[in-house]
Amino acid sequence: MSTIDPITLSVLAGRMEQIADEMDATLFRAAFNPIIAEAHDASHGLYHAVSGDTLVQGKSGLPIFVGVMSFAVKAVIEKAARDGDLEDGDIYIFNDAHIGGTHLSDMRLVRPYYRDGKLFCYLASVGHWHDVGGAVPGNYNPAATDVFQEAFNLPPVKLARKGEINQDIIDILLRNTRLPQSAMGDLNGQLGALDLGVKRMDELLDEYGSDTITAALEALGHRAEALMRSELTELPDGRWEAEDFLDNDGIVDAPLKIKIALEIKDDRMTLDFTGSSPQCAGPVNIALPTTVATAYVAIKHVFPALPANAGVMRPIDVIVPEGSLLAAQFPAPTGGYTETILRMIDVVFSAFAQAAPDRVVANAYGTINALSIAGKRKNGQPWVMFSFYGGGHGGSSETDGLNHGNAPISTATIPPMEILEAAYSVMFRKWALRPDSAGAGAHRGGVGAIYEIEVLEENGAEAFLFGERGRFAPKGIAGGSEAAMNSFHFEQDDGWHSPPLASKMRGIRLKAGQAVRLETPGGGGYGPASDRAADAVAKDVARGLVSADEADKTYGPAWREVAQ
Amino acid sequence: MSSRMIGVDVGGTFTDVFVLNEAEGTASVAKVPTTRPDQSGGFLDGIGREVADLSEIAVVVHGTTAGTNALLERKGAKTGVICTEGLRDVLEMRRRDRPRTWGLRGDFEPVVDRRNRLEVPERTLADGTIRTPVDLDAVRSAARTLQEQGCEAVAILFANAYANTANEDAAVAALRGVWHNEHVSASSEILPEIREFERFSTTALNAYLQPEVSGYLGRLENALKAGGFDGEFMIVQSNGGVMAVDTACRLPVRTALSGPAAGVIAAGYIAQSAGFDNIITGDMGGTSFDVSLIAEGQSMLSPQTSIDFGMVVRNPMIEITTIGAGGGSIAWVDKGGLLNIGPESAGSNPGPVAYGLGNDRPTVTDANIVLGRIDPDNPIGGKLERLDVEAARAAIDAHVGAPLGLSTVDAAEAILKVANSRMAGAIRLVSIERGFDPKRFAFMPFGGGGALHSGAMLAEVGIARAIVPRYPGVTSAMGCVIADMRQDFVQTINSLVGTLDEAVLGAFMQDHADQGMALLDAARTNFEARELSFELDMAYIGQTHTVSVPLKVTAQDGRITPPTRAEIETAFDAAYEQTFGRLLKGGVRRILNLRSAVTGKRPKFDLGTLGPSEGGSDKRIGHRQVHFGDKWHETAIYDRLTLPVGTVITGPAILTQPDTTVLIEPDLQGRVDRFGNTIIEPQEATT
Repeated sequence: MSTIDPITLSVLAGRMEQIADEMDATLFRAAFNPIIAEAHDASHGLYHAVSGDTLVQGKSGLPIFVGVMSFAVKAVIEKAARDGDLEDGDIYIFNDAHIGGTHLSDMRLVRPYYRDGKLFCYLASVGHWHDVGGAVPGNYNPAATDVFQEAFNLPPVKLARKGEINQDIIDILLRNTRLPQSAMGDLNGQLGALDLGVKRMDELLDEYGSDTITAALEALGHRAEALMRSELTELPDGRWEAEDFLDNDGIVDAPLKIKIALEIKDDRMTLDFTGSSPQCAGPVNIALPTTVATAYVAIKHVFPALPANAGVMRPIDVIVPEGSLLAAQFPAPTGGYTETILRMIDVVFSAFAQAAPDRVVANAYGTINALSIAGKRKNGQPWVMFSFYGGGHGGSSETDGLNHGNAPISTATIPPMEILEAAYSVMFRKWALRPDSAGAGAHRGGVGAIYEIEVLEENGAEAFLFGERGRFAPKGIAGGSEAAMNSFHFEQDDGWHSPPLASKMRGIRLKAGQAVRLETPGGGGYGPASDRAADAVAKDVARGLVSADEADKTYGPAWREVAQ
Repeated sequence: MSSRMIGVDVGGTFTDVFVLNEAEGTASVAKVPTTRPDQSGGFLDGIGREVADLSEIAVVVHGTTAGTNALLERKGAKTGVICTEGLRDVLEMRRRDRPRTWGLRGDFEPVVDRRNRLEVPERTLADGTIRTPVDLDAVRSAARTLQEQGCEAVAILFANAYANTANEDAAVAALRGVWHNEHVSASSEILPEIREFERFSTTALNAYLQPEVSGYLGRLENALKAGGFDGEFMIVQSNGGVMAVDTACRLPVRTALSGPAAGVIAAGYIAQSAGFDNIITGDMGGTSFDVSLIAEGQSMLSPQTSIDFGMVVRNPMIEITTIGAGGGSIAWVDKGGLLNIGPESAGSNPGPVAYGLGNDRPTVTDANIVLGRIDPDNPIGGKLERLDVEAARAAIDAHVGAPLGLSTVDAAEAILKVANSRMAGAIRLVSIERGFDPKRFAFMPFGGGGALHSGAMLAEVGIARAIVPRYPGVTSAMGCVIADMRQDFVQTINSLVGTLDEAVLGAFMQDHADQGMALLDAARTNFEARELSFELDMAYIGQTHTVSVPLKVTAQDGRITPPTRAEIETAFDAAYEQTFGRLLKGGVRRILNLRSAVTGKRPKFDLGTLGPSEGGSDKRIGHRQVHFGDKWHETAIYDRLTLPVGTVITGPAILTQPDTTVLIEPDLQGRVDRFGNTIIEPQEATT
């Protein structure tokens, strides 16, 4: 193996990142379903030929995939080793979350990349498909007790052999989705992204030769590791604990604990999740790959400059107790994985806040709030409106939290209300900020949102919600306060109701003219409320983001003297 | 005789004035300091230096950053919003994004304070049905409240107003009856396109800019008139076309990228005159490198841009991709031992270390200075006496050389190599994303620093040649004189092709054409030709992103014959296949928006008038040591503007002019074409 000079390395780091970025852009442009096209719930990268470790990943894909994609590649490496038939031009496809992480909606394509007849690396593409069968349209089934009730399960299989697409696989896939055209469009987009990746890798290797590129990939791993170690050295040594809870698993109405002990010693760190609740009946379990990937996402939020490279994890131990909901075993349901990993990120932040409060922000709203409304048009054609909803971000040492942001595991934007109203028989009565939802603090959290959606479809519709934070509020740090909890209501003939399980419910029948109302949490506060400037409180009151009563109660009456 | 055309570009540091005397076929250029906060001082000073009697001026065209600056510095007017009940926070909620992917830090305040966003009862559904007629008493009452709160401009933002404008129309009529000035914007007038945040944001920013921009343009116009000017005053839009000053006062949001757009227009014209239809421009400033692509003479347009986080403007704009690699970008080595350039920048103040104004971290310009590529004794721009080479060397040693174990010169070369690689990456991405092979393009640097890096772009991207315009420092001002008059229109149609009412589409097309032609008629400018173009944003049903489908439409005596459904289907298939490489069997085709453009082609002038005059000299004026690759080269220096047409300068060489340094690397040559452009290309065996 040749060594590489630091200048060529700088150049190549940029070139390879660009390849992954271009693959992202290709899929976003071509994808059919808005979860990929608009919300960018997808990711692409280059992975190590032997270990499957992440070498380079696109900057615009979903943050959670930065850590989890290598598990998809590892699964394919194992499958290929078992079968002994890996060849140039093969493409594997699967959605099995117990092997590849996240949930069954994420369809993973993995393609070995060959150079001069030798396996050089893997390219992979993952995207969130609109529907992959199962009991609930859109696959967020809060009542699932195994993966079979969640969606169609596909283990790693060859979609293409030596460049020839196997139409049989496509036929099986399309028969197992409610939205075959959307699925085919997304699959085409992912295949296009992989084609482009192969072409760009060919060009790069033509230009630099495989020895140089191999050396660069090796060096980038060392660099990522060195960066991580250097960051850890700057933090104090010690051990800090934090815990938080999920409302319930959607089946049994009991809270589930996520616990962490964070330990930093010199240039090493341990994230120990011992003490977290055991595997549960409902779909808030997560598979081990997801847990490790989430640890990575949390760390990258604390140290934003770290590259998307497996070298970052070398000085870090992640301890996950066997039998816990963070290491769920097949066929435990994992459809609601987003809620669990958001809580993991919250506890990591809460633990870091004790070690170095300036390095993190307070807890964000902490739930994806997957809300779907499904109906049938007069001509019998079914429709499913499926979207995630936003909430407040946590306050930081510098500023208040962002109002109505996206989840820390995602960069997804919300579809425009007018696009939703044009596509589905609904009308938003309200799409607004939620006053008094922010956690108080010297820098308060961002406020959450209120969405009130009325069904217009003549013969009614059904609503499904998969949310969290209905019973445990997002926390503040450094003395900051908790934010408001998630709150969901639905309209029936006899008035408004709320779900028995607080934030999860399926099959809510709504007539035309009836509505659901989702009020999302704000973010936690940073620093003691007593440290907040009176004029900042007065401005919040004048703007109606904090009510006068709440301001008096939380911040005291000083703001009235500077009231605007 | 009023035969002069004047282009004025007001930049951060300098105001450039380009004067074309059509009768005599001559042109001249003035560069004066930009005045702040009121830019009109420098504007008039610049014109006054070249033209004593303003009555001799036929046209003044202005590329302005007044709008951009007001947005970036949040210096627009106090603005009110009257909106649909339940939707007062759309502007603040954005599309639920965040400023940066990692770290979760930062907050956001929209330009309209929540106190000044008032709701009124009204509701239109997505199909255009009025569910709740607008309550006009509530509109008037909201207007009074906003006036009492000191608002100078107001925007009406109603849900689904693109599908039926009736409620907004009624509200606007009532509002204009009571509002105390003309600064009233309605979302269906500004952008009748689906997507409430983008439409509301564009409309609110328009209202926010109206008092500021119309005040500024009004002051300019009055001052011009007071000086005897009786010609046409026009403003460059972000789409690269010009509009009359009264249109600009009504639609100031369309000036958001006025200045840079003019530069790209000029670049396209210069290149085309010189025989290049395909170019990639690179404008290197203090903090950024701006790249734009022109294919077959057409600049690329993008549908929207974010001026800053959460400040979205949706209007066709010349697509300019910006990366943080300018002359002032700081070079640093990260904790993992990797050399990085930017995004932090020393800008032009304090600027590079060698400026001696307080920055001690090395920049790209410092590397160019240390390697002899920039003359330390004659800094361009004329602000400084000389550059401090020793300070630049010391900074490069301390921040790059020492951590990487490189000599000063090797460290400086490394900085340039990484910066060039980032710039080349931007060029590659801009072309590849559009499906173009960059090797088919020529590179045109403009701005002060770009021409130092053109050789590197040739080597890195595989581009065959670079074309350095004769006056790279005043491209934007020149573009003002060249740009055509253009108006863009959009209307959401939202219909399947199969159920499209062709007459409805035809009526919108006719309306757009009539409005555009009326604006051309009102202009006191001669047009060589008038062009109409129509595109549909289309997709298969279920797909989110649309493709632009150009329509071939015939117009006779101003009457438009709309396309048939079959023609639309054929056009869609062709455009879709070109974009995605395959069609979707059995897919249902859908039309989202109609986009129309009406263009009045302004007469062009012969760039040859700017070319080198007879005589001149191809003799070197000096020489110095310049470092290329791994060694120092004795490098000849020439006075660029005196080089005669046809001169071929063999690299290594440096061509100097007051505001630009052109670098010709050892294996390249520079040829002076008949316009005075320098064509940089590999040395031929025969020369």
